[in-house]
Amino acid sequence: MAREDRTASPANAAQPGPAPSPAHDALLGAAERPHGGHRIAHPEDRPWVFDLRDVTVTYAGVPAVRHVNFRIHEHEVTALIGPSGCGKSTLLRCLNRMNDLIPTASVEGEISYHGQNLYAKQVDAVEVRKRIGMVFQKPNPFPKSVYDNIAFGPRVLGMKGDMDEIVEQALRRGAVWDEVKDRLKDNAFGMSGGQQQRLCIARALAVAPDVILMDEPCSALDPISTGRIEDLIAELKSDYSIVIVTHNMQQAARVSDMTAFFTVELDESEKHRSGRVIEFDATDKIFTNPADPRTEAYVTGKVG
Amino acid sequence: MAAGTASATPGGRPPLGAARRRWGEDVIRALLFLAAMLSILTTIGIVVALAVETFGEFFADPIVQGKGADGATSIGGYLNGIADFVFGTDWSPNIRPLSFGVLPLVAGTLLTTVIALIVAVPLGLGAAIYLSEYADPRVRKVLKPILELLAGVPTIVFGYFALTFVTPVILQAIFGQEDVGSFNALSGGLVMGFMVLPTVASVSEDALSAVPGALREGAYGLGASKLKVSTRIVVPAALSGIVAAFVLGISRAIGETMIVLLASGAQPNLTFNPLEAVETMTAFIGQQATGDIPVDSVRYKTIFAVGALLFLMTFVMNAISIRFVRRYREVYE
Amino acid sequence: MSAASPGFGTTTAHRRVPPAPRGERVRNVVFEILLALCLVLACLLLGTLLVDVISDGAGSLSWDFLTRPPSALPTLAGLEPAIFGTLWLVITCVAFIVPVGVGTAIYLEEYADRTRWWNRLIEVNIQNLAAVPSIVYGIFGLAFLYRGGLDLGPVILTGGLTLGLLVLPVVIVTAREAIRAVPPSIREGAMALGATRWQTIWRQVLPGSISGVATGTILALSRAIGETAPLLLIGAVVFITENPSGPDSRYTAIPFQIFAWLRFPQEEFKNKAAAAIIVLMVVLIAMNSIAIWLRNRYQRKW
Repeated sequence: MAREDRTASPANAAQPGPAPSPAHDALLGAAERPHGGHRIAHPEDRPWVFDLRDVTVTYAGVPAVRHVNFRIHEHEVTALIGPSGCGKSTLLRCLNRMNDLIPTASVEGEISYHGQNLYAKQVDAVEVRKRIGMVFQKPNPFPKSVYDNIAFGPRVLGMKGDMDEIVEQALRRGAVWDEVKDRLKDNAFGMSGGQQQRLCIARALAVAPDVILMDEPCSALDPISTGRIEDLIAELKSDYSIVIVTHNMQQAARVSDMTAFFTVELDESEKHRSGRVIEFDATDKIFTNPADPRTEAYVTGKVG
Repeated sequence: MAAGTASATPGGRPPLGAARRRWGEDVIRALLFLAAMLSILTTIGIVVALAVETFGEFFADPIVQGKGADGATSIGGYLNGIADFVFGTDWSPNIRPLSFGVLPLVAGTLLTTVIALIVAVPLGLGAAIYLSEYADPRVRKVLKPILELLAGVPTIVFGYFALTFVTPVILQAIFGQEDVGSFNALSGGLVMGFMVLPTVASVSEDALSAVPGALREGAYGLGASKLKVSTRIVVPAALSGIVAAFVLGISRAIGETMIVLLASGAQPNLTFNPLEAVETMTAFIGQQATGDIPVDSVRYKTIFAVGALLFLMTFVMNAISIRFVRRYREVYE
Repeated sequence: MSAASPGFGTTTAHRRVPPAPRGERVRNVVFEILLALCLVLACLLLGTLLVDVISDGAGSLSWDFLTRPPSALPTLAGLEPAIFGTLWLVITCVAFIVPVGVGTAIYLEEYADRTRWWNRLIEVNIQNLAAVPSIVYGIFGLAFLYRGGLDLGPVILTGGLTLGLLVLPVVIVTAREAIRAVPPSIREGAMALGATRWQTIWRQVLPGSISGVATGTILALSRAIGETAPLLLIGAVVFITENPSGPDSRYTAIPFQIFAWLRFPQEEFKNKAAAAIIVLMVVLIAMNSIAIWLRNRYQRKW
C-alpha cells in the first residue's frame, strides 16, 4: 500500500507532482545546496522519529492548528515554514510537551515518538524533555557562568561522568568552544547574541538528547551569526534529528531536507481561522515545484 | 510501512513508558501550599478567637449581664448585656460599680481619629498633588524619601514626641496649663495625623499619577491654568483613589495604639472636648494586659470584646478602601 | 476693529497674547505655595521630633546605659536586657518569616492556578492581614500562642511568632515581586532541559530573586523591631533579672522598655526613654541602609 504524501489539502491528491530526477538536482547546483544534503528518496524508506496523526492543538477551546499529519525522520532537518500565526511554534512545542506549561492548551490526535505515544498517561513530561531538547527564539542563557550554564542540565539530570569533560564536549559540539575556553567562568550575559545562541545550543546538547527542536533560532541574530548557526545545524544532523521553525524561506531552503508549509484557513464551521499543513515534502520539491498553488505563492514571495 | 525504532532511544535511556511518579515534587508542593494556608489560618484564628471570647464568654458572663458574679445568666440577660455594651455610656470594667458601656472608648477613638484626619487629609493630599503635578524630578527625589522616612518612624517614638513635647511645649503654651491636662486628645490626635499622613499621601499620589497625561493635556490645551487643571480635572479623575486613601487613613488611625495610649490617657471619658484626656479602644486594650491575667476573669474577656469591635471597624474600613482602589485601577489600567 | 473678539480679517497686530489676569496668577502662586507647605510641615515635624529626641536623650547615652539592666532608680536604669530581647525576637522572627513568607510567595507565583477561587482567596486574605491593627495581632498571640492552643507562655518564641505574623504580608509581597521579576524565558530554558518544576525554582528562580527577598526581609524586620503594641499583650516584662538567652526566656524589648519608662513620673526616666529611642533609631537606620545597599548592589537587571 503506497501511502501518499501527507498533505492536508484534498485538492493535492490529484496532483502528486513529478518524481525527483538527476536533471532536477543538476538544476539546483551545488551553490544552492552548500551543505550537500543527500538526495531524498521516497519518504517511507527512512526511519522516523515523530509520527503525527491528525494532531489538533487548541488554546481555551480555540484551535490554533488542526489536523496535522506527517512524519519527521531521523538524522534530518525538517523545517516548518509559513506566515505568522499559523501554529508552527505551537506544533513545535507539542513535540517536547512544553505546551503542558500552558493550562489552557490541549492536544488531540496522536504524536508518536519512536513508536510511543508522547501523550500517554504514564509518560512523564520531564523525561520527554531530557530526550527532546529545545532552542528558543531569543537566546535565554541563565545568569550564571558559561560553565554553569552548560553544567546545569547534566547536574540536574544526575548525569555521571567528569563534568569538565561533559562541558567541553558540549561546547565543542556547539561550535563555541574556541571562543569561550578561556572564559568559562565569565557570566554568559556578557556574550554576543550569536554566541549566546550557540551556547544555548551547546547547553541543549549537554544532556545528550535525541532530537533538537529550534524555534526561529536565528530571527534575533545578525546574518553572520545566522550563517554560523546554519553551518552548525548541518553538522549536527548526523547525530541528532532537528526540527526547525523558521520565517526565513531561504534559510529553510539552505538547511532543511524536508519542509512542511503551513497556512491559516477558516475551519469547517467557518468560525475560527487556524493553522493547517498544506504541503509536506522534500525541500527541493517545495521550493522548485510545489504541488499546491498556495505553497507556490508563498515560496515565490507573492504572499506572506 | 517502515516503523520508527520502538526500543531504547539513543543516549542509552529507557523508553518513555516507565516513568515513576515524582514523590518529592508532590511533597514540596504540599509544604508550600501549607505555608500559604497559614495566612488563612491566621485570619480564621483572629476571627474565631475574637468571636468566641466575645459572644461565647463575655456576653455570657453574669457580671457583664449585670447580675453579679454568682447570678444566673439568661437569654434576656445576654441581649441586655449586648445593648448595655453598645449603647452604654459608662465604661468601668475593673472598678466598682462595674459597668460595660463601650461608648466612651468609641468616642475617644473617634475624637482622636477626627483630629488626626484634620491633619492628615489636607496635608497628605496637598503633598500628593504637589509631588504629582508640580514637583520637578530633583525635588521629588529629595521629598519622597522624607515621606518614606516619616512612614518608617516607630509609633512609640511618635508617642514620646506627643507626650513630652507637643503637650507641654506647644499646647500648654497656647492654651495655658489649666485648660490642657498632661493627657489630652488633641496632642495624640495631632501627632497621629502626622503618622497617618504618609499613607494618605502615597495612596493619593498613586491615584493622581494614574490619571493619563492625555487628560491634562486636553485641559491645558484649552488654556486652563495649572491650578484649574489640578483641582478641576486631575483630582476629580483620581477621586476614587483619593477616597481610598482617606478611608485607609481612618483605618490606620482607628487601629493605632501607642501614640494615644501615651499621650491621650487611659481614663475613659465621654467627651468631644479635645483638650481633655480620653481613652481609645486600643489604649484600653493596651492598658489592660500588664501582668498575668486569669483566663476566665472578666478582665480577660473584656480585652476580646473591645478587640472584636475594633477589628470590625477596621475591617469594614479596609474593605471599603479596597473597593475604591479597585475602581480607580479598573478605570485607568 | 473690536479688540474683544478678533474674527477673520483682523490684522496680526491685534493678535498679541496678553499676560494672564493678575488674580489668576496670584491664585496659582498661592496654591502652589500652600501645596509645598504641606510637605514643608511634614519635614518640619520630622525635624522637630528628631531634634527633641536627640536633645533629651543624648545626655543619657553611655556605655553604662547600654550594659545595665533596668532599675527602679532612674539613674541606674540600663538597656542591656532590652537589647538582648530585641535581638532574640529578631532571630525567632526571621526563622519564621523567611520559610513561611518565601514559601507562600513561591506557591502563589509558581504553583497556584489563578482561576481557582481558593488561590484568589489567599491573595485577598494577605491584603486584609496587612491592614489589621497591630494590637489585634497581640490579641491573637495572647489567645493562641501565650495561652490557648500552643500555651507557650510569655517567652521570646511567642513574641517572635506574633511579630512574625504581623510582618508576614510584607515578606510575601516583596518576595512575590522578586520572583515575578525573573523572566519566564529562564524557566522555559530550564524546563526544556528536563528539569522539574522544583529544580527550576530552587536552582534558577530563587537564586535570581534573592536580593529582592533579602531586602524585603530586612524591611519586615525593621518594622517588627519598632512594634510595641503586640508586646503589651503577650507578656513582655519591665523588670527582668537576667538577659534573655533563648526562645524560652522571659524578655523585654527596646520599644517596650521605652514605653515602660515613659510611664514613670520622674524626669530622669523620660531622658532614658529618649536615649533608648536614639538607640532604636540608629538600629533602624542601619538596617534600612543595609537594605538599600543590598538592593542597589545586587539587584539584577533582567
